[in-house]
Amino acid sequence: MAKIYADNAATTKMSRRAIDTMVKCMEEYYGNPSSLYEVGQEAQEKLTEAREKVARLLGCEAREIIFTSGGSEADNQAIISAAKLGAKKDKKHIISTAFEHHAVLHTLNKLEKEGFEVTLLDVHENGLVTPEQVEEAIRPDTCLVTIMYANNEIGTIQPIKEIGKICKEKGVLFHTDAVQVAGQLHIDVKEQNIDMLSISAHKFHGPKGAGALYARKGIVITNLIEGGAQERGKRAGTENVPAICAMAEALEEACEKIEKKTAKLLEMREVLIEGISKIPHSILNGDKEKRLPGNVHFCFEGIEGEALLLLMDDKGICASSGSACTSGSLDPSHVLLAIGRPHEIAHGSIRLSLSEENTMEEMPKIIKALEEVVTYLRRISPVWRDLEQGKVEHII
Amino acid sequence: MALYSEQVMDHFRNPRNLGAIEDADAIGEVGNATCGDIMRIYLKINDEVITDIKFETFGCGSAIASSSMATELIKGKTISEALALTNKAVTEALGGLPAHKIHCSVLAEEAIQAAIEDYRKRQESKN
Repeated sequence: MAKIYADNAATTKMSRRAIDTMVKCMEEYYGNPSSLYEVGQEAQEKLTEAREKVARLLGCEAREIIFTSGGSEADNQAIISAAKLGAKKDKKHIISTAFEHHAVLHTLNKLEKEGFEVTLLDVHENGLVTPEQVEEAIRPDTCLVTIMYANNEIGTIQPIKEIGKICKEKGVLFHTDAVQVAGQLHIDVKEQNIDMLSISAHKFHGPKGAGALYARKGIVITNLIEGGAQERGKRAGTENVPAICAMAEALEEACEKIEKKTAKLLEMREVLIEGISKIPHSILNGDKEKRLPGNVHFCFEGIEGEALLLLMDDKGICASSGSACTSGSLDPSHVLLAIGRPHEIAHGSIRLSLSEENTMEEMPKIIKALEEVVTYLRRISPVWRDLEQGKVEHII
Repeated sequence: MALYSEQVMDHFRNPRNLGAIEDADAIGEVGNATCGDIMRIYLKINDEVITDIKFETFGCGSAIASSSMATELIKGKTISEALALTNKAVTEALGGLPAHKIHCSVLAEEAIQAAIEDYRKRQESKN
């Protein structure tokens, strides 16, 4: 059966250009960039090229890029660094949102235990926070605002530039987790008032295990890994040259294609949203307009998400869900709860995330499969029976 | 898929005894939608023997498979035999469940107990 891969927010297939770059690096530039002889220096050169490329694509200087193992490490390092700087000035208040990625939320939890105070802004039902909310929450002792550029589940795009402007005016560091955004939207950290930003290669058709942290020069970064003097002493360990070079190549390719890709993704997204909306008692999560071009996220009443995904998989469709059962906890997605979906609705969710690899021909197939699976699961659901018999009122 | 055993996937994909019994002699329901699992078991009972059993489940793959397997295990059995069914027996019959899914088999055991309790209550009110 031909598979339809619609889980590109989880990870993407590597592009041919990225694979070729990676293989070439492994074969030809295998030296340790710290070594003095030519083989090492050639690897160093490749690393420098990659750094310059990533910097150019994000609108910063090469020296402002620290290569990491991925988005989680970059998020951790940004937040820990800002917290340490804040603590020195006795500023121990951090502002974030209730629907951040766990790489951010769990790091903040850790800091709370160390005496920091964290304000998590409420997210509106449309999946957005406003610059005004940030402005109101900033206090004299605020050392960091960390707000994701676009949400990883519901794809909503936050007003980053405006939030950054407020932070700049108030003299508070601003970090954004742009893991879902790099290669999807144009990023320009200077123009968008961003002090720190995290990206992850495998979300834009690069390899797993590579990411980057942009940190504006002047911000003193704290090491998470001690050892050698790699990454200007800020991240020890021999650089993963093949993955880093492939990441730079993948980001360049993704950015080159943004306009063309966006047009295609938007067209497919709208077909999906229109088709899925016709399933009764379903609801789109996140703002209809201010969302990533490839993101579609729905809740269905009366069913549970894991069963939905397994049956979609049986039909050859790879998707994801924010249901508790897919996470191993009893709580459904914190993102859906943050936008005010009740538990029983939040359990029945699906995320479809498209890439340019998807085709318009796949869209009706996804819609048809989803209709069939939702209908079947409702037929066997006692919750649905009660809803249909009027014993319980429909919420959506 | 490696998440579940073949037996779990079989019972999930082809659930046995699926549906409702309109004139059921007893109905048992456990779980709640907040936690993401609800099982409802319908029984027809004749002379202390479970002559028919159906279920409806709102829940994940292992919840659906656990309900299906549990109904298979007690169909045609006496009430006392059904009451002796443990979640362990359900799990074993399914070829095991991932650790965080064991509660699904517990729910299946509890759903059957709830249905039998309902039957007893109905019997008492008849007498």
